[in-house]
Amino acid sequence: MNDYQYDNRTVNGFIVSSIFWGVVGIVIGLWISVQMWMPSLNFPPYFTFGRLRVVHTNGLAFGLGIGAIFGIFYYIVMRLTKRPLLFPKLARFHLYLFNIAIALAAVSLFLGMNQSLEYAELEWPLDIGVVILWVIFAVNVFGTIIKRKEEQMYISLWYILATVIAVAVLYIVNNLSIPAGWNKSYSVFTGVNSANVEWWYGHNIVGFLLTTPILAMFYYFLPKTTGLPIYSHRLSIIAFWSLIFAYLWTGAHHLVYTPLPDWIQTLAIAFTIFLIAPSWGSVVNGFYTVNNDWSKMQTNYLTKFLILGITFYGLQTVQGPTQGLRVVSQLIHYTDWVPGHVHMGTMGWVTMTVAASIYYIIPKIYHTEIYSEKIANTHFWLVLIGQLIFSITMWITGITQGALWKATNADGSLKYTFVEILAKNYPYWQMRTLGGVIFTVGMLFFIYNVAMTMRKGNLSLDASKA
Amino acid sequence: MSGELYKKPILFSIAATVAILVGTAVTMFYPMMTDEMHPKLANLKPYTALQLAGKDIYQREGCNNCHTQTVRPLKTEVMRYGEYSKAGEFAYDRPFLWGSKRTGPDLARIGGKYPDAWHEIHFENPQAMYAESNMPAYGWIKTNKLDPADIEAHMKANEFPYTPEELAILKTKTEMDALVAYMQVIGTAVTKVQ
Repeated sequence: MNDYQYDNRTVNGFIVSSIFWGVVGIVIGLWISVQMWMPSLNFPPYFTFGRLRVVHTNGLAFGLGIGAIFGIFYYIVMRLTKRPLLFPKLARFHLYLFNIAIALAAVSLFLGMNQSLEYAELEWPLDIGVVILWVIFAVNVFGTIIKRKEEQMYISLWYILATVIAVAVLYIVNNLSIPAGWNKSYSVFTGVNSANVEWWYGHNIVGFLLTTPILAMFYYFLPKTTGLPIYSHRLSIIAFWSLIFAYLWTGAHHLVYTPLPDWIQTLAIAFTIFLIAPSWGSVVNGFYTVNNDWSKMQTNYLTKFLILGITFYGLQTVQGPTQGLRVVSQLIHYTDWVPGHVHMGTMGWVTMTVAASIYYIIPKIYHTEIYSEKIANTHFWLVLIGQLIFSITMWITGITQGALWKATNADGSLKYTFVEILAKNYPYWQMRTLGGVIFTVGMLFFIYNVAMTMRKGNLSLDASKA
Repeated sequence: MSGELYKKPILFSIAATVAILVGTAVTMFYPMMTDEMHPKLANLKPYTALQLAGKDIYQREGCNNCHTQTVRPLKTEVMRYGEYSKAGEFAYDRPFLWGSKRTGPDLARIGGKYPDAWHEIHFENPQAMYAESNMPAYGWIKTNKLDPADIEAHMKANEFPYTPEELAILKTKTEMDALVAYMQVIGTAVTKVQ
């Protein structure tokens, strides 16, 4: 029927790589969560909290996140354009280069090569590598879409194109620096201006790595798994354009009450509130899609991953704008509330959706069924419980920190010293580790299930029909 | 809305790029062109070679993962840390080191707050000073010598003035000396005014 072959091996390679880097990132996450209440687990020079935390964030955002995005996007793009990748050999090279880059990135962060820009810590030689990786990806995605055999571009392709463009702009601008040796550079931006550039980047890299690509997956895999069409095409159009337009105004809500000019903060807060609308456009679209037949939640094991995922996306996109308000920011900014917020997004929305995508793809390209739906269900409940324990304990301890930092005696003097307040966090930090352990066990069930599915299937069989 | 746009990937990509660049231009590119984003306090001095070496170590060890360097203009914050941060204090920081999380206290007014010896003892064993602290120990940097050639390259990249004597002295200093020197200069451009 088809005179071409989908390059399933590259897709498979990226998925396996992203799971590998995910394990590394999650294990280091557990380690630093214990360091928070047991400082004796710091082993200088390479394994102190200050170095490991950036390996954790970069490993998961770039290793697990981008690795999964590359693999799943290649899978989606080929199917929505009804043709193989324009440059399949380049995609294979892309896979090898990706793994080399992530390995070198991890080593460089252990060595303390760090630009001190959050989520852009990698030093300039690695930045060049990341840009090359992204250009290779962009060439293949754009080329394949331009030479597509299906005239209409489906919603997922819009989000994919927006992701490719936005990440390139964000990454290149924020990493502009003056090298001072092979392992050190200084940003071209200084002081207040560098803060504004960094959080324009920092907020939007979350938007265009952990929101738009995941929405591309959601819009593709929700109809695929449920067999239900997306509720409203018009709503998806409005949500898409207003999301990518409004996102870029909002970075300065990370800098509320800093010396950044007030007008930039206020403008960012206003657009942040507006951002609830397009975010919920996708949430509503997802709910109403499944509203046609809620029994899918019982009959199709992947529906609940996607629906819980979009639910956490919905909660995240209300909580985020709330945090941007000055009255809320003054209480919770700089506290553990913020990691609680971030992890509801990453552990709730992102990994739920990515896991559902991988559960869908692996049996397809291995020409088999999932090894065990029962194990997938166990995985689901464990990561859900683990993530809730993590987020809720961090919200409690974050509010506690914020309130105690502000607590005063009757005469107006401060009630507690900093270290007295820190000591009150320990039970919560220990609870957070427990949540992390439960989440990790859930992820191990996921990996076992994927591995066993691969074992019973065959990747090379009849590749043209997958 | 026309369905044609979703059949033309190049036109679509141009439209998406424009959508993304509007907010970028207004909130990021435009302010960068104005003076309000490049203020400098009269008292602010470029870092000395030893201080810059200390700041490099601060960045290498990821201290900004747990310590902020910006005091918000809130009553209890000013009471706890000191004068709130001014935009003109950071003109020599490439990039800014304000941080985003206070696992440890803010450091924007740490300069001059304690003697050098306090910092050395604290870095070596934070728990000896505060039993309930969770800060990692940094005694190991005492045995690391500074490399004047490296630091000279860093001074040049920042365009900071320095003398050959200043660089020569670095050979006798350790990373601990540098980090303490950096601690002692943070935020002092403001406190000197008062």
